Amino acid sequence: MKKNFLFIIIAVILILKPNYTLSIEPDIFIQSTVNRAANTLGGNLTKEERVEELKDIAKETVDIEGISLYSLGVYRKKITDEQLIRYKKVFKSYFLKSFSSRLAEYTNPEIDVYSKEKINQNYTIVYSKLVETEKRPEVKIDWRVYTKNPDNLLIRDLIIEGLSLARTQKEEFSSIINSNDGNVEALIKNLAEFSNQ
Amino acid sequence: MIKFLKLILIILFLSTNVMAGSDGELELSKKSKAVEDCFEPLNRATFSLNQGLDKAIFKPIAKSYRSLPPSIKKGTGNVVENLSNLITIPNNLLQGDVKLAVINTGRLVINSTVGLLGIIDVADDLGFPKYEKEDYGQTLGKWGVGPGCYIVLPVLGPSTIRDTAGSFVNVFGGDPWYNASVNGNNEFLSENVFLASKVLGGVEFRANNIESLENLEKNSMDFYASLKSLYLQDRQLKIENIKRGNIQIIYNDEGDWEEIDTK
Repeated sequence: MKKNFLFIIIAVILILKPNYTLSIEPDIFIQSTVNRAANTLGGNLTKEERVEELKDIAKETVDIEGISLYSLGVYRKKITDEQLIRYKKVFKSYFLKSFSSRLAEYTNPEIDVYSKEKINQNYTIVYSKLVETEKRPEVKIDWRVYTKNPDNLLIRDLIIEGLSLARTQKEEFSSIINSNDGNVEALIKNLAEFSNQ
Repeated sequence: MIKFLKLILIILFLSTNVMAGSDGELELSKKSKAVEDCFEPLNRATFSLNQGLDKAIFKPIAKSYRSLPPSIKKGTGNVVENLSNLITIPNNLLQGDVKLAVINTGRLVINSTVGLLGIIDVADDLGFPKYEKEDYGQTLGKWGVGPGCYIVLPVLGPSTIRDTAGSFVNVFGGDPWYNASVNGNNEFLSENVFLASKVLGGVEFRANNIESLENLEKNSMDFYASLKSLYLQDRQLKIENIKRGNIQIIYNDEGDWEEIDTK
């Protein structure tokens, strides 16, 4: 009887608050994300299956749209609405391919999350380290987590040994656009070509 | 003595140039500005040349080096790092960090004697603070000298005008190891010994970064631009002496992120 009553209460809460989700702390979010990725990489999957799993993890946990806008840098204000739609679409394919391909090289990585620091309402930095093995030294990895919506935390940047991947990407994109007389189309073309390789 | 005077003149010339062009604030204390790639076509050509050399010579050597027993690699790495103290210590002093200069001098003396010419890092085992290399490019940056244009040097790779000028200071009397090897009239040391130590340092760096550079190249649409960005970020951190994991790294790039409001 008690169990049934509890079940009814929970059901009512879930029905009345359809968007209800449990908000988690950024460090726990990162640890669970890296554990998911580690399980994928350490499992008995083929390389293709691994890549697909990693893409799914990225879609759920990374703010791909936010990174796409950041990566445009000063061109964010110059791109037309029509170009932006096409850019976001090719960026997503590019990002997922690049992200999964980079990670798929690792086997059984062990990442320890050890602290976090809130920058402001929108961002928390989570500090972690890729544990040293015989083949590679310890690597510090910091995660910029977008916390604006506490129920939907998203990763926006990885800072590896102090070097920001998002900033590197932004500068790479800027170089491609600048080399083509400021034409964003050149970047869109490059992104599409990379994704179709 | 003449070399020392030349060294002082270079430093004075570079620092007065910057002071004349600045508005009184240090360049690096402002939001980091993009470093100009004034010689981009030439830089890209040199970069291609370096990539060719890397594929044909440096990468195969680095791979062979990696197959050496770990104890040999550790020992050679320690020797190279110990020698770099000879450049780090004067730069600690030039940056006004006397305490660190004393610590690094202690490290050098202990490792060069008890540590068998630096093969064993005894200082590390004794609990000395983690060693951080310094060079004349970093010191010039610390004094407020801007990076100038980005340049790619043949064989040596990414640099800036400031960092290249800093490297010249080494051969104008700023590197005691160079002075002792090349000009020391010493039967045990010669220019070849000096060059061998520099080559060893380069091979060690390349060997430690085989996978990360392969991965970066494979996943870059413009590998030249990616390496340039990473080099300049790294130099900025070193000049500002920002330790990895320091929140300051994050704040340097905050403005751009605050504009992005997606969800």
